[in-house]
Amino acid sequence: MLLIVCPYCGKRPELEFTYGGQAHLTRPRQPSQLDDQAWAEFLYMRTNTKGVYAERWRHARGCGRFFNALRDTTTDHFLAFYKTGEAQPVLATPPDQRAQPASSAPPAPPAPPGPGGRSA
Amino acid sequence: MSTASNSAHRADAAMRTPSGGRIDRAQRIRFTFDGQSYVGAAGDTLASGLLANGVHLTGRSFKYHRPRGILAAGSEEPNALVTVSRDAARVTPNLRATQVELYDGLVAESQNRWPSLDRDFGRVNDLLSSFFPAGFYYKTFMWPKKAWKLLYEPMIRRAAGLGRAPAEADPDRYAQRYAHCDVLVVGAGPAGIAAALAAADGGARVILCDESAEFGGSLLTETGAVIDGQTALAWVQQGIASLAGNSRVTLLSRTTGFGYFPHNLIGLNQRLNDHVAVLPKNEPRERLWQVRARAVVLATGAIERPLVFPGNDRPGILLAGAAHTYLNRYGVRVGTRAVIVTSGDDAYQAALDLQNAGTEIAAIADLRPEVAGALPDAARRAGIHILPASTVLGTEGDLRISAVTLGVVQGGSVRAGQRIACDALLMSGGFTPSVHLFSQSRGKLKWSAEHQAFIPETSAECERSAGACRGVYELAEVLADGAMSGAASAPEPSHTQRRFSVQALKRDSRAYLGALPQANPPSSDKSFVDWQHDVTTRDLALATREGFQSIEHVKRYTTTGMATDQGKTSNLNAMAIVAKSLDVAIPQVGLTTFRMPYTPVTFGSLAGISRGDLFDPVRTTATHSWAQARGAVFENVGLWKRARYFPRGGEDMHAAVARECLAVRSACGIFDGSTLGKIEVVGPDAAEFMNRLYINNWSNLGVGRARYGILLRDDGFIYDDGVVARTGADRFHVTTTTGGAPRVLALMEDYRQTEWPELKVWLTSTTEHWAVIAVQGPKSRQVLESLVEGIDISAAAWPHMSVGHGRICGVPMLLFRVSFSGELGFEINVPADFGLGVWEAVHAAGQAHGITEYGTETMHVLRAEKGYIIVGQDTDGTLTPDDAGLTWAIGKAKADFVGKRSLDRASMKSPDRKQLVGLRTKDPNVVLEEGAQVAATAGQKPPMKLIGHVTSSYASSVLGHSIALGVVAGGRARLGQTLYVPMPGGDIEVEVTSPVFYDPTGARINA
Repeated sequence: MLLIVCPYCGKRPELEFTYGGQAHLTRPRQPSQLDDQAWAEFLYMRTNTKGVYAERWRHARGCGRFFNALRDTTTDHFLAFYKTGEAQPVLATPPDQRAQPASSAPPAPPAPPGPGGRSA
Repeated sequence: MSTASNSAHRADAAMRTPSGGRIDRAQRIRFTFDGQSYVGAAGDTLASGLLANGVHLTGRSFKYHRPRGILAAGSEEPNALVTVSRDAARVTPNLRATQVELYDGLVAESQNRWPSLDRDFGRVNDLLSSFFPAGFYYKTFMWPKKAWKLLYEPMIRRAAGLGRAPAEADPDRYAQRYAHCDVLVVGAGPAGIAAALAAADGGARVILCDESAEFGGSLLTETGAVIDGQTALAWVQQGIASLAGNSRVTLLSRTTGFGYFPHNLIGLNQRLNDHVAVLPKNEPRERLWQVRARAVVLATGAIERPLVFPGNDRPGILLAGAAHTYLNRYGVRVGTRAVIVTSGDDAYQAALDLQNAGTEIAAIADLRPEVAGALPDAARRAGIHILPASTVLGTEGDLRISAVTLGVVQGGSVRAGQRIACDALLMSGGFTPSVHLFSQSRGKLKWSAEHQAFIPETSAECERSAGACRGVYELAEVLADGAMSGAASAPEPSHTQRRFSVQALKRDSRAYLGALPQANPPSSDKSFVDWQHDVTTRDLALATREGFQSIEHVKRYTTTGMATDQGKTSNLNAMAIVAKSLDVAIPQVGLTTFRMPYTPVTFGSLAGISRGDLFDPVRTTATHSWAQARGAVFENVGLWKRARYFPRGGEDMHAAVARECLAVRSACGIFDGSTLGKIEVVGPDAAEFMNRLYINNWSNLGVGRARYGILLRDDGFIYDDGVVARTGADRFHVTTTTGGAPRVLALMEDYRQTEWPELKVWLTSTTEHWAVIAVQGPKSRQVLESLVEGIDISAAAWPHMSVGHGRICGVPMLLFRVSFSGELGFEINVPADFGLGVWEAVHAAGQAHGITEYGTETMHVLRAEKGYIIVGQDTDGTLTPDDAGLTWAIGKAKADFVGKRSLDRASMKSPDRKQLVGLRTKDPNVVLEEGAQVAATAGQKPPMKLIGHVTSSYASSVLGHSIALGVVAGGRARLGQTLYVPMPGGDIEVEVTSPVFYDPTGARINA
């Protein structure tokens, strides 16, 4: 069960959330101006990223708000949480450098970032 | 029955040592195994209790029914699976005897044998084993096809079954608990205890768990070690006492860390009462812990690796470390004359301790060509005969090993060596680090040639592996590794490092991998790799010969590693054998995935309290008790309990529904519609919001009026429907389907929050605020006239689809004039707390007019007679408004609404789309099956060309014939055509009709 940081409520277990799919898709303001191909792109085509993915979550069994998150789909680690309408944060380090040795060498635990994320 | 040997076994704990171990000889524990009584001691497991009585034979193997004994001393045990029962309901199959703690009166039985363990009929499989090669299921039972269900599957299930599930419901309680901590330490051996102590030093909140009843892990076996000047046991006891005295530390024994889930959520299963003789009242049997840990230290140790040689599965052949544990922890000698086969030094300590306890060590057969070091020297000094460059060529003995034949490896060839009589053969192939949880956490493993094993390389979570589970075996290093991991895991790492002075002989824990070298030709006996699933070296070789190269495929074909032990003792040997047979390096063969649970977890523990009445929440309406008192039959609709019909005087459903329908059509019915979803849409932009969302035009809907609304998704398909009332300029009362309320609100919130945040509109679920009492039928106005205050409900003043605030029985009310029956009808909305009172008042007032309570079944028939759809029954997520005949509802002038653009796609306008129609059977008494398919031509054979299906179907007592709704390709152009519903008994002829069967002009709504 993932640990998700709602930007409004804080750290909560995944049970309280519903998944909302890919983030930063905007419904066209005038769909009638789009041809079938463009409309189908908006409606059906989603990226299936291996790596950092911007996605929507809703704190459905909490405050009810939608928000966005950056998640590394290969590790399930969240890299940022940010509010709907905010720009996607730019990450300082690529996620593959966050790994840590399995021995008892001093760690760099990938603790979930705080609320609000590093929004632009 | 071989009574002679059995009575010898019954002699009181003949193999028990006079002293030592963690058992209490004074407390005699009586137990039975396969009906025979034995006596053990407090602190025994079933395995140690049996071994103390000289019993090795504990099971028959899965496929070949070979006699099997206890192999291990811990959770890795593949052979000794037993069923433990307390009563008819408390029967637990497939328990490892090595983990079952004895209690007085324990009843255990072996599995997979008939008629008895020492005379098993299935043994014939072993003789016929050339007919049971790898993949024999796939090869043998292919024909004739019908025999699979009738003959092969039942036969295989009976022959190859493990234990049987109890036939009665589980009477025990199971608890679940969530916990948070700074550091969770899994495994309380030397590394785990050192880690917990160090983390606690740093002020951390610590949970330390171990699957065993007692903390200490390997130190309970390696009792000769000295740590900081005290015995290993004293060190363990002092460490645990110090942790127990710390209020920030939780100690959990008998608790298995079975699963590692994302973000450091660990599943622990705690067995609370499986070890007690008398079950305490009102206490749970097990407790499932879900621990969210800031940091995790895995100190899960290592499992000794068995050796692979012909006949390596006879009872009396054990892991050397297990024999060591039985001696030092349980005070049991596993034999009187033992031969030891080993690849490293670890078995030497076992040999020395066993010799001290009086077991004759006939020889140590060492795989290494040169044997040197402190432990071998100690063995030599003790007069133990060491045979270097050894291998094992075969064993003898029926229900117990009686002799072993060794071989000598010389310059790449093997020649026969000594045959040594023995009653125990103890083997050690080094260790396999227990990386199960690490791997479940998605940590990356690496192959270590030094360890001949996979060890952790890179952690995926905030996790550290410490001690033997990452290939650190020397006690001093294990303790230091644990302490360092614990200290580093604490929130404020203390840099005062604990140091441990350890007195123990240096040892070479060299591991061996794969099958032992054999003479040419090798013995014809089987060399087992996976004991629990009876997979041999030959099966693996066959799989690679047949072209399987990936270990994942070999695993599935041979079933190696797929038994309940998940290959704890077998996986690495299997990999090595496959690698050798394919002539590739071991890392190239790959490693199979480790999956949770580490050891089996009961369904009871996982389910917790979520069973029976508590499985799901139950939602009831205000009139539930009234309906119950009237003998209503209820149905589940989502979580709701809804009255389905109200039988009177022995009526069946058909008779009750016929009577209820007739009452509504001829007089008046009363129905509880409270489960309908209700959402209050409020704000200056409420109308704009509704316009953007629903297909209808809301701008021209006046206050006090209602309209049938349809909601699509943006793909153009019907998502939900319901009557929407405008109760103010800035306020809509939106009703949804009973099941659709949460998803409609979620969809509304999605658009409100993420697409149109500029709209000033607020959404509130009011489903449970209102009780809804539908009064339907030609006399409904007469019933309500005397009760309603503040609204003139006369036909002239209050037409169909009116809505208004008033009072009823003195209670504030929102009244609708709506109909889901096709009759004149009203829906009374009152605050739910007043629902029952108002219902009773309306029911009483209606008596003069023949009012009849009706349920959901009648509601369904009435609406189907009128062709009113139910979203989710007549629609399936592929129906557009036009498909459902609802184009009239679309607000034509609107530039956009959710789904509009999709309706403009060419395929959405095709005349061949499936359209809602009525289907009328030629035989009025035949009621079609819902879901039945529709064909254009009669007499088709599969594969048929099908053009639609039946969505709703009922007997209509009012019409005097059956009715059905269905979706049929180009259906509206087929009115009057005859179609066919193919059924097992033949085609049923149906005529395509309008979906409106009753009162097509709609006159009755204004009656």
